[in-house]
Amino acid sequence: MSHILRGSSAIVGIGQAGCGKAEGRTPLDILAEATHNALDDAGLSLSDVDGLFTGSSYHFMPTLSTAEYLGIKPRFSDGSMIGGSSFIAHTLNAAMAIHSGLCDVALICYGSNQRTAGGKLATMSEQQTYEVPYKPHYPISSYALAAARHMYQYGTTREQLADVAVAARQWAQLNPEAFVRDKLTREDVLNSRMISDPLSLLDCCLVTDGGGAVIMVSSERARDYHHKPVYLLGMGMAHWHRQITQMPDLTITAAKESGQRAYEMAGLSVKDIDVVEVYDAFTINTLLFLEDLGFCPKGEGGAFVANGNISPGGTLPVNTHGGGLSCVHPGMYGIFILIEAVRQLRGSCGKRQIDGAEVALVHGNGGVLSSQATSILGTEQTL
Amino acid sequence: MTQITNKEVGPDQIYTDYLKKQIFALPKCMKCKKYHFFPRTACPHCGSFKLEWYPVTGAGEVYSCTTIYRKSERGGNYNVSLITLNEGPRIMSRVEGVEPESVKIGSRVTASIDNETDEPFVIFTPTEIPGSCHTY
Repeated sequence: MSHILRGSSAIVGIGQAGCGKAEGRTPLDILAEATHNALDDAGLSLSDVDGLFTGSSYHFMPTLSTAEYLGIKPRFSDGSMIGGSSFIAHTLNAAMAIHSGLCDVALICYGSNQRTAGGKLATMSEQQTYEVPYKPHYPISSYALAAARHMYQYGTTREQLADVAVAARQWAQLNPEAFVRDKLTREDVLNSRMISDPLSLLDCCLVTDGGGAVIMVSSERARDYHHKPVYLLGMGMAHWHRQITQMPDLTITAAKESGQRAYEMAGLSVKDIDVVEVYDAFTINTLLFLEDLGFCPKGEGGAFVANGNISPGGTLPVNTHGGGLSCVHPGMYGIFILIEAVRQLRGSCGKRQIDGAEVALVHGNGGVLSSQATSILGTEQTL
Repeated sequence: MTQITNKEVGPDQIYTDYLKKQIFALPKCMKCKKYHFFPRTACPHCGSFKLEWYPVTGAGEVYSCTTIYRKSERGGNYNVSLITLNEGPRIMSRVEGVEPESVKIGSRVTASIDNETDEPFVIFTPTEIPGSCHTY
């Protein structure tokens, strides 16, 4: 018997705003514009929204600030904050709330003006007392430590990491909305300024502005809207640590568990996945998540991502809009991979469209490889 | 079960107080016998609250490391490492006494205490003789 939440709710609206640069706007200005676009996409209005799911690096009580700004009075709201993975996790929380009748129209949303506000990573995070004396760069040094360990244990190379950035750029070149689209070679990545060895500037995601919003409703009413619904088939979360010293093994992320949970709920396996959108804040992320989600054996991620295998025309389409590395990355990024997956399953991706895409896996990461959240989405044929 | 009465100072303070006395000590669980770091009031391995503090040998191994690049006029490049102590816990630290770029994963290192400020912290240097212990 399938899980009660499998296919119980669907995404019927998506919207983005201010991706790249959004001069003179606050994070909530951008969030509101993305919300407008998502509601317009679905054919709904703000007064229809009665469930609110959001996270923020700017607002201590993000659901309160967001609802106040939008002038809505949600019956149910959830501001669970697990970094960039929050918005992926919100798909499960929204599905639970919809299924149990706590809300009918769920809005999952995010906005950030990280680029125009000065390019610094906004954070309300507590300081990590036992890391501060050693001056790690947050968050890149934690990812660099994971990359270094992966290289040591499995012989992964900087060239292989560079190929992740190159693949992302090739996808971005097919996406007119991507922020950076000029040609990128492996050598460009290897020769870019070293920041925290082995990660150099072009191993790191962009710093952009941007907002995203997603509208979810029950499957019963999902066919009443403009676009073909995209159903939530499975979702899983896992977290094993907060700070990098506490990560049990720097080469294995909790995506191993979140992925298993999502596959189990969906009743699907890795071979059923047509398109993959993973949270690529750094090149090492893509490699670790492809391993932990079962697309290749542990330790073989370097060889798997090399030589165009995840590029357009490769065996596995990964981060088809250009990813956080080349498309958009405003501080927290999870909502944008959710939106790209929906676009792929609607078949509206133009030059980068994956033919016959029926099932998409979306994987979010938060903190320093800390929180992992996996959603599996599908078209009506997969119900 | 007896209630906890908070009669002592908290674990952060105990850790720092030991360092100020040039002792690198960590909490050890009296139930499962494992050490942990960062210091807590409960054992993260088994959940027991029966903890005692013991000095550790200071011997460990570089689990991973990164060189953070910084302009020379701002102090130059520096190392950040994760060290797995012989007693089990992993700690973030800096390996000194060698160029940051030559710190290698798998190298044996030995702790010492940087006590120059009011907030002392543990640093490591390469171990001369493998497995040897540092005396404070």
